[in-house]
Amino acid sequence: MKEPSTIKNDIEFWRWREYQRVMPDMKWTNKDVITAGVDVGSVGSKAAIMINGEAYSWGITRTGSSSPESANKALDWALKGTGLKVSDLKYIVGTGYGRVNVPMANKAITEIACHAKGANYMWGPTVRTVLDVGGQDIKAIRSDETGRVVSFLMNDKCAAGTGRGMEVFADLLKIPIEEIGQISLHVDEEPPPVSCTCVAFAKTEAMGLLRKGWSKEKVLAAYTRAMAVRMGNLINRVGLEKELVVTGGQSKNIGIVSRIEVILGVKCLPMPNWRESGLDPMVAGAFGAALFGKALYEKAQKT
Amino acid sequence: MITVGMDLGTQRVKVVTLKDNVVLSREQAFSGFDPTKAVEQALEEALKKVNLKTSDVAYFVATGSAMDMAPHANSTVSMMGADAKAGFYLFPKARTIIDVGAEEARAIKCDGRGIMVDFIVNERCAAGAGTFIEAMARALEVKLDEIGPLSLKAERASPINASCVIFGESDVVSLIHRQESKPEIARAVFDAMADRISSMIHRLGVNPEVILVGGVARDVGFIASLNRKLGVDVLIPEYPEFAGALGAALTAASRAKEGQK
Repeated sequence: MKEPSTIKNDIEFWRWREYQRVMPDMKWTNKDVITAGVDVGSVGSKAAIMINGEAYSWGITRTGSSSPESANKALDWALKGTGLKVSDLKYIVGTGYGRVNVPMANKAITEIACHAKGANYMWGPTVRTVLDVGGQDIKAIRSDETGRVVSFLMNDKCAAGTGRGMEVFADLLKIPIEEIGQISLHVDEEPPPVSCTCVAFAKTEAMGLLRKGWSKEKVLAAYTRAMAVRMGNLINRVGLEKELVVTGGQSKNIGIVSRIEVILGVKCLPMPNWRESGLDPMVAGAFGAALFGKALYEKAQKT
Repeated sequence: MITVGMDLGTQRVKVVTLKDNVVLSREQAFSGFDPTKAVEQALEEALKKVNLKTSDVAYFVATGSAMDMAPHANSTVSMMGADAKAGFYLFPKARTIIDVGAEEARAIKCDGRGIMVDFIVNERCAAGAGTFIEAMARALEVKLDEIGPLSLKAERASPINASCVIFGESDVVSLIHRQESKPEIARAVFDAMADRISSMIHRLGVNPEVILVGGVARDVGFIASLNRKLGVDVLIPEYPEFAGALGAALTAASRAKEGQK
């Protein structure tokens, strides 16, 4: 029996952009309350620095095999070009999958609380439902007008729809991950969602659909639809209350976000002054963590 | 009378030729892009081995996930039906038949006459099927036939997220970075899989004798973990991966006989 030949990918279709950003026109002095949030996720590590509770700089990098190293790298990036040192940071909160392994953190807080808080900061007090789609899990979070968590539901133990699952799928179809959302919308008619969402099986199933004459775009649309249905179900189970926002890496996947809007029959809240602020929903957890850091620092000063 | 059973699995196609309820030959091929062609190839080989032609075959029955694509098929039989038939033929005392293939795991409960009374299938998640072992072997950088023996060297299992193939892969990679023992990681893979499958079987009841078939029945690591979880020693036929095709060939024989009446 002959082994089927395997083609090795020369291009890493799953690879997304790692970057760093400092807000222009913002200055800090030693009197300011400068805090940081470090969100070590299963796939991406994010660090954000805030001055008196306002976004100042952030860095996003891929999580490596060591959580402490990933935390250091993300924070180093956020500090780059700011003139700040780690010792200038009044309080650091660690969050995310690897939050207990953030060496410089004064405290660790769950990413559920941080995403709700961060979404409240980024989109304002009308946010009531936050869908956080991370690398390894999907969370539907209900929050109040202050960004406090009311309830949440989590779908873990299955990669379907998660960032990691999307990376594998991008590699499989040989489409760069940052384009899959847009490309999934390049269909004349929305195909029915695939019945089986297991990413490990996607290989066989996608191959079968391509063999049937489906275009890559159509296969991608059927998958993206199925993932969006899963997320929609999770939101419905936790109870959808407007306004809805999406955080985490998949917030950048227009194919997912637009389908969730169709499935739930609501529009996601647009971010205020998005173009001016450039705030990245992938950093919501880190912003939330930095805001908790500010509150904790101020509380400690009073006592 | 010559009959043929064809099992079109997600990874491999298997063909069994049968004469008066005795197996004449077996052949398999990778399903690839064109399972129909793969079956034609395997069939040609299987018939050639015993100097037969397609025209000598009285009845063809197809089974497996791509059974609709089988050439020559006079009729089809469900995978559960084929497993029950083969299990009873191979081990007349069989009451529970477990079939673990590349992408699916099934458990079938039979009565004393080999008739299926109940079944349960895991088809939507790869964490309970052969694909899981393949992915983990790749992550561990060992050959597929090495991961089983490797796991037997471990006294305990590493803690890994073995509930999803995709996450399991990432976990294995980071465990290797941390220089955890490979045998312990391998054992964790099989324990997790056996856990999943045994909980599935417990819903049907573990009724001896318990038969294990399908390609994964070749893996000593999985067998050891499954025996531990079930608390019984499963029985394994000599050619476990051909059970579906055998069941189809047996079905073909009885349907051909009925047709003659």
